[in-house]
Amino acid sequence: MKPSVRPVVAILLVLAACAPSTARITTTTTEISPSISSAADREQTADEQVAHVLSRLTFGARPGDVARVRALGVDAFIAQQLQPNRIADARLEAWLGQFETLRLSYPEMQKAYPRPAEALQRLSAGNRNSLSREDSASLRKVVEGLRRASTEVQSARIGRALITERQLDEVVTDFWLNHFSVFAGKGALERYMLAEYENTVIRPRALGKFRDLLGAVAKSPAMLFYLDNWQSAADSGRPRTQQPRLANARNRGLNENYGRELLELHTLGVDGGYTQQDVIDAARALTGWTFLPQRPNQQQMQQLAAGAARTAGSRGRSNSRTSGRVGQQRAERIIASRLPDVGKFYFNPGVHDAGAKVVLGQPFRAGRGIEDGEQLLDLVARHPATARHIATKLVRRFVSDEPPEEIVDRAAAVFTRTDGDIREVVRTIITSPEFFSSKAFRSKVKTPFEVVESALRALDAAPDPSPRTARVVEQLGQPIYGRQTPDGWPDIASEWMGTGAILNRINFGLAVGANRLPGASPTGWPGADSLASADRTAQVDGVIAAFLGGRVSPETREILITGRNPLHAGAATDGEREIPPLQGLAQVVGLAIGSPEFQRR
Amino acid sequence: MLRRIFVRSGALALVTMGLSPSFLRRTAFALELPKAAKGKVLICLFQRGAADALNVLVPHGDAEYYRLRPNIGIARPARTAGDGGAIDLDGFFGLHPALAPLKPLWDRGMLAPIHAVGSPSATRSHFDAQDYMESGTPDVRGTQEGWLNRYLATCDTCEAGAAPTPFRAVAMTPQTPRILQGPAPAVAMNSLDAFTVRSTGGMSERLEALYRTGSADLIHSTGAETFDAVRMLREANPQRYAPEHGAEYPQSEFGQRLKQIAQLIKSNVGMEIAFADVGGWDTHINQGAATGQLANRLSDFGSSIAALVTDLDDKMDDVVIFTMSEFGRMARQNGNGGTDHGHAGAMFAIGGQVKGARVHGRWPGLAREQLYEGRDLALTTDFRTVFNEVITGHLGARSAEALFPGFAMPARLGVLG
Repeated sequence: MKPSVRPVVAILLVLAACAPSTARITTTTTEISPSISSAADREQTADEQVAHVLSRLTFGARPGDVARVRALGVDAFIAQQLQPNRIADARLEAWLGQFETLRLSYPEMQKAYPRPAEALQRLSAGNRNSLSREDSASLRKVVEGLRRASTEVQSARIGRALITERQLDEVVTDFWLNHFSVFAGKGALERYMLAEYENTVIRPRALGKFRDLLGAVAKSPAMLFYLDNWQSAADSGRPRTQQPRLANARNRGLNENYGRELLELHTLGVDGGYTQQDVIDAARALTGWTFLPQRPNQQQMQQLAAGAARTAGSRGRSNSRTSGRVGQQRAERIIASRLPDVGKFYFNPGVHDAGAKVVLGQPFRAGRGIEDGEQLLDLVARHPATARHIATKLVRRFVSDEPPEEIVDRAAAVFTRTDGDIREVVRTIITSPEFFSSKAFRSKVKTPFEVVESALRALDAAPDPSPRTARVVEQLGQPIYGRQTPDGWPDIASEWMGTGAILNRINFGLAVGANRLPGASPTGWPGADSLASADRTAQVDGVIAAFLGGRVSPETREILITGRNPLHAGAATDGEREIPPLQGLAQVVGLAIGSPEFQRR
Repeated sequence: MLRRIFVRSGALALVTMGLSPSFLRRTAFALELPKAAKGKVLICLFQRGAADALNVLVPHGDAEYYRLRPNIGIARPARTAGDGGAIDLDGFFGLHPALAPLKPLWDRGMLAPIHAVGSPSATRSHFDAQDYMESGTPDVRGTQEGWLNRYLATCDTCEAGAAPTPFRAVAMTPQTPRILQGPAPAVAMNSLDAFTVRSTGGMSERLEALYRTGSADLIHSTGAETFDAVRMLREANPQRYAPEHGAEYPQSEFGQRLKQIAQLIKSNVGMEIAFADVGGWDTHINQGAATGQLANRLSDFGSSIAALVTDLDDKMDDVVIFTMSEFGRMARQNGNGGTDHGHAGAMFAIGGQVKGARVHGRWPGLAREQLYEGRDLALTTDFRTVFNEVITGHLGARSAEALFPGFAMPARLGVLG
């Protein structure tokens, strides 16, 4: 680290205030010295900084959080949150214990809860008109499995964001789950893999190295299935790493889906400078990256064995011992012993396109196997366009809808210098002057998930183990694992601020005020007791402090207290019609959560 | 969104200049709420995910088609109905058999398919291509507004003296789609039923006041629009209109959204633009042929549109339904019985006044040297040409050139005469 961090920052700030033509100079300077802003560089006041870190690095302030962060210090809080493994999280661990499907790997899920197609096949030997008792029990199990697989993972996400002490880790995990978005509606298989994907692929690497995260995603059955790569194979006529032993009817050629989204969404970004030929060669490099979704059933096994015998025969290795019934059984045994583990990544050389390839100008030698994919991931993970793409998205998440160039440049430079160390990139962003600028303060619009979480946290709600809160998030427009397209949910205000969307948010506030949110009472939060019998002004000020970051416009405060709009700028307060008085504190809370101010963080 | 905020800030500036609130309100309304147009309606339907145009509007007269698609191709039209062949239109093109509900519209001259149409951009990214189709500016990503919003902002066709309406543009979608984002207001709703404030006893009035504190940001301005729209919708009560003329909408989300568009048209809330979208077209794997994945999507799509046309009946003289998708799919089937991302696609224009019963556009052919980059259907009609015809020919705008900056309008296709 260069010793002259502080002066460089000072110069930067001066330059930033000058004409735009100097922007280029600041860019080059900063690439040398990633900076940590000191209190003096920060435009936000001390109180604003506390509110800001709580609104950006957590899912919202709980009662008492402001005092805790103020006592600890903003910088110490950031440092602490950047080391989640050192933060005890016993309450969360205990709470998560109730969700069985969270702990099951995909093959274990399959054992515990059969897939619908298999169960249907087994039904009373195909006669679906007469269900035995076992059949109905098996069907019930299927339905339960599908339900639990999709609802428990959602409830756990909501509960986690609500009560984990490792808030920043959860925010970044949420970021990556959205960056590497998968869709529950892809099929029953996808749903069985969600918990494993979230908890063993993404979560442990959220603040790790990008290449490691990217590799784990590329090998995850959840992504292989979602973006179809598990079925992608060398086009006919292409050289293969190994002669395919089996004539697998489903694997017949190249599928570009994952190759394209890998470049466009996961790494380089759409402006990353790749061509259609790069997409094709990336997809070719990834052929054979697959997984076995289930053990073949008896009939499929026979077909596989027959296919293997034919292949062996065509190579002239057939002899009398492998022909006939005995040979068939022997072939089946061999295949069974060689089958890859169900639900685990494996490389299938029989469908890998072993021809030479060129991606982004880098040659890939002919005649190789899994190394092609690894080389591709190395290449794109360390490409400058990827550093910039990831830095831009993280800055958009933490700082502003319109990411300031300077901080994107610095974050991208850190990404490159640290070989994609996500913790260091995030640290650079959340300690930057841009993060603590006045412009960034309360400038983000909450996503529906953030609206619900911040309300639950402000209310000090108990986590809801039922699927009801997940339905609320869905009604607000952001179902968990419900984004059909691989681009993930948008992270800019204009995408979330339609008329219907605002109406949903208003109705959400009203539902909270009417005590209809599971686990949360509008009058059950610490501090509510003492306000219950206070006068309206004291109630409003208490609610503003607890729910609206302590600061609203004078008009908003006036409306909350009297119901009258001092501006008379709307038809609602037209004429002299008397507006009924509020019933109590619960309604003040409902208004606060439905208000425009609550939609910001 | 910057422009939108700027327009709104203008009203706020008046407050700080000491002008009276009532003046502000009128000014704000004049700025924000356009007048209803002259009874013409445009219904835009977006098939998100890139619909496979070659299996939607099947070029059964092109032998190359069957060479490229040995397993997923739609068979040539047969003498008997219901055998899974294409439904012949003009001896060369046919409809996918799942689009049978649209055939009567062709027979009545109300259906005008356009082939080899789309964006000239080379992108095969869903997200970029949708963005371009909705901003109306291919390969320019910085465009702030959607082209339909630019149309709304010009108010070219607003009727003098008509009442202001927040419902001039309505998207039956949870969020405002890109095509309608911009300075002019547009309503987005999941359903008519959900478009209400669920409270009593002064809560709704207070919330409305909170969104009308004069702040010029997107949250407040959209919130104010929301309350205008809620009030008007409550008075118009469109849900009271049941489907007519035996129209049966599918129970699907898409079908129900079209049903609600019909209800809005019948309730005379001044709607000029309606928008809905439907996903599930990204058929990389096992898309099927006469039956299967794509057929299921098309069946819902076709019967929903047919129900809408039946329901609106002679109102269709003032309505154009216009379908689009971000691009077509590869001419050749891929290794998994599906199709990867391609280039040119197909659109349908449907209405009482469209020049139907003929397939518009020039067919570029499917031989290897005729394909775009050797793999996709080539483009012979820029989508902006068609948008232009609809906006000027149907809605009656004087010119659509301002809607598509940098685009020199070529000769008309003749979809709307």
